[in-house]
Amino acid sequence: MSTTDGPTLIPDDASAQEIADREAKMRRRKGWFPGLSDRWNALPRQTQWLILIVVVVLAYLLPILNPPLITTEPGNNWQIALAQMSVYALVAVGLNVVVGYAGLLDLGYVAFFALGSYTAAMFTSPDSPYVHIPYLWTLPLAMAVAMFFGVVLGVPTLRLRGDYLAIVTLGFGEIVRILATIIPAMKGQVGFQNVGHPPGTDSSGQPIFLNSSGTPWYWLTLTIIIVVLLAAGNLERSRVGRAWIAIREDEDAAEIMGVPTFKYKVWAFAIGASVGGLSGALFAGQVGFVNNQKFDIATSILFVAAVVMGGTGNKVGAVLGGSLVAYIPLRFTAIAEFKYLIFGAALVIIMIFRPGGLLPARQSLLAYGRLAYNKLKGAMGDIPASGKVVLEPGKGSGNE
Amino acid sequence: MSEAIEPDIDVDALKEQGVDLEVAERVAPERDIVTKVGEALVQVQNLTIKFGGLTALDNVTFDINRGEILGLIGPNGAGKTTCFNAMTGVYKPTSGKVLLEGQLLNGLPQHRITRRGLARTFQNIRLFGEMTALENVVVGLDARHRTSIGGALLRLPTHVREEKTAIERGMALLEFVGIADHAHFLSRHLPYGYQRRLEIARALATDPKVLCLDEPAAGFNPAEKEELMALIRTIRDDGYTVLLIEHDMKLVMGVTDRIVVLEFGKKIADALPKIIRDDPKVISAYLGEPEDDLA
Repeated sequence: MSTTDGPTLIPDDASAQEIADREAKMRRRKGWFPGLSDRWNALPRQTQWLILIVVVVLAYLLPILNPPLITTEPGNNWQIALAQMSVYALVAVGLNVVVGYAGLLDLGYVAFFALGSYTAAMFTSPDSPYVHIPYLWTLPLAMAVAMFFGVVLGVPTLRLRGDYLAIVTLGFGEIVRILATIIPAMKGQVGFQNVGHPPGTDSSGQPIFLNSSGTPWYWLTLTIIIVVLLAAGNLERSRVGRAWIAIREDEDAAEIMGVPTFKYKVWAFAIGASVGGLSGALFAGQVGFVNNQKFDIATSILFVAAVVMGGTGNKVGAVLGGSLVAYIPLRFTAIAEFKYLIFGAALVIIMIFRPGGLLPARQSLLAYGRLAYNKLKGAMGDIPASGKVVLEPGKGSGNE
Repeated sequence: MSEAIEPDIDVDALKEQGVDLEVAERVAPERDIVTKVGEALVQVQNLTIKFGGLTALDNVTFDINRGEILGLIGPNGAGKTTCFNAMTGVYKPTSGKVLLEGQLLNGLPQHRITRRGLARTFQNIRLFGEMTALENVVVGLDARHRTSIGGALLRLPTHVREEKTAIERGMALLEFVGIADHAHFLSRHLPYGYQRRLEIARALATDPKVLCLDEPAAGFNPAEKEELMALIRTIRDDGYTVLLIEHDMKLVMGVTDRIVVLEFGKKIADALPKIIRDDPKVISAYLGEPEDDLA
């Protein structure tokens, strides 16, 4: 990717230990939490699951706990703030597939978010003259619509590379916003009121999913985020993830190694777009109102900033980045006006000092590679510093 | 191809029974290993490539026979790498054909050519830097995998089996080229010689019929070149056909079965190494014409 990525001149007899030290040094330079991912990977599987369960339970309890100092109150309702943060987190997870994995700079991602929002609004709002369907049905529909447009945009443009792709996607983002302004059916600035919500009422007969109650929306979105994260993890540790990272690293070499690069780029675009559409529909439902004001270029850039800030290519980092981007203006209302200035400055600082983002982590691209690697690392401990390990045949078997 | 792959090959037990396990079998158990030597596997016919007014390759014709190591040599700028790029689909030939097992390769996308069985390495190493050595090799193995998005999302049994065997074969390949103990390092942190070996392993992982090596010994010292020669011979003995571009005459003479010489985009010789060595045209291409001939 850069000129420094060429072959490094280490003598061949450099011991495995020396390379391991170099790698550790590189990682320390990249992250704010040195060795965090190392330590995480070294934990046994059961411990990892246990920690994850605790984190997830804590995440679900957040709206009830309303932790002091962290909470956005009194300036903003904490539950609604959480709902908005979760939507941004989901957006970042989706965009991370496109930008982080496949390395395709998409500056018009807000278009897919908008498509999702409009799908939800136009099929549920009483302001819309079209067929009305239950709100929950609009979630898969929004995904399908966004995915369709992702493919429509991707097929002609993904033959472009780098800056050119960024320019075309930037244009696409504007097209959707401008269409929303000029097509009468999309109602421009007037927009759609009373967008639908999931069914269900509480004991007093009030609907559970009100625009003024953030908690159910937060729980719904959080559940969807977890499902999407699991799916993204499955893709990452498979042929698909390897193809994406290979494309990001060296597209020509990937093609020559038998990766159908175009196909996988379109898939990255389509999957990213569908998650964008899904988050748009959730956003429309929670806010209850959709017009053309929310989907400008600045929002698109904010999405990219969320991914880069969290740690490009790291899905957990994307969740963090997305939540932070939504959280900071809500928490620090005094500086909310300057949010773009602050995010701009923060990004510059992060890029200078921590180019990997807040949570830099390398993707693990082999679903069953853990055991093979651990065996190797175990074998390394047993050898003299200059010696080489000779693996016995079959020792690298990846069965867990 | 229809038989299920047995993921756990008990290598040790087989070795005890005196079975000589060729890497080709462990790496690609479904492969038909054709050892019949002699018939033309790749046919390059009247290949011409022009970049604007410059003719990089001019009507070049040669065959690569099954089971041989063919050397492609020539002075700098003779068109060796251009020829490679035309064969692997990077450049579209101005005219002429490239056939693999009688089937036309021209116009196929590069990844399809790789899947037909033509794999290559790069003159300037092009590994996936942010991937580990093992992951690099598994990308190559993916060329033969049949499950994709659906299988990965749902972790279907076929997909899981493919993933598991991929790791096993990947490790076997790394072991074959001698860098298995570095499997878990990012490839950009590997020493230079190991990166070259990893490129060979990654190309072998695509299960090629023909392996094209573009100056694999560039930057090697004599001892490393010896090791590489041995490795290339082993690859050939395992049933692969090898096309080798190389500058180092000693290496080329030592390892190849036949040599094609290019000069200014034209083929000037195609013969056994010992004949090439004494061919006046080849000598003059490399060393220039003797003084008295110029007059």
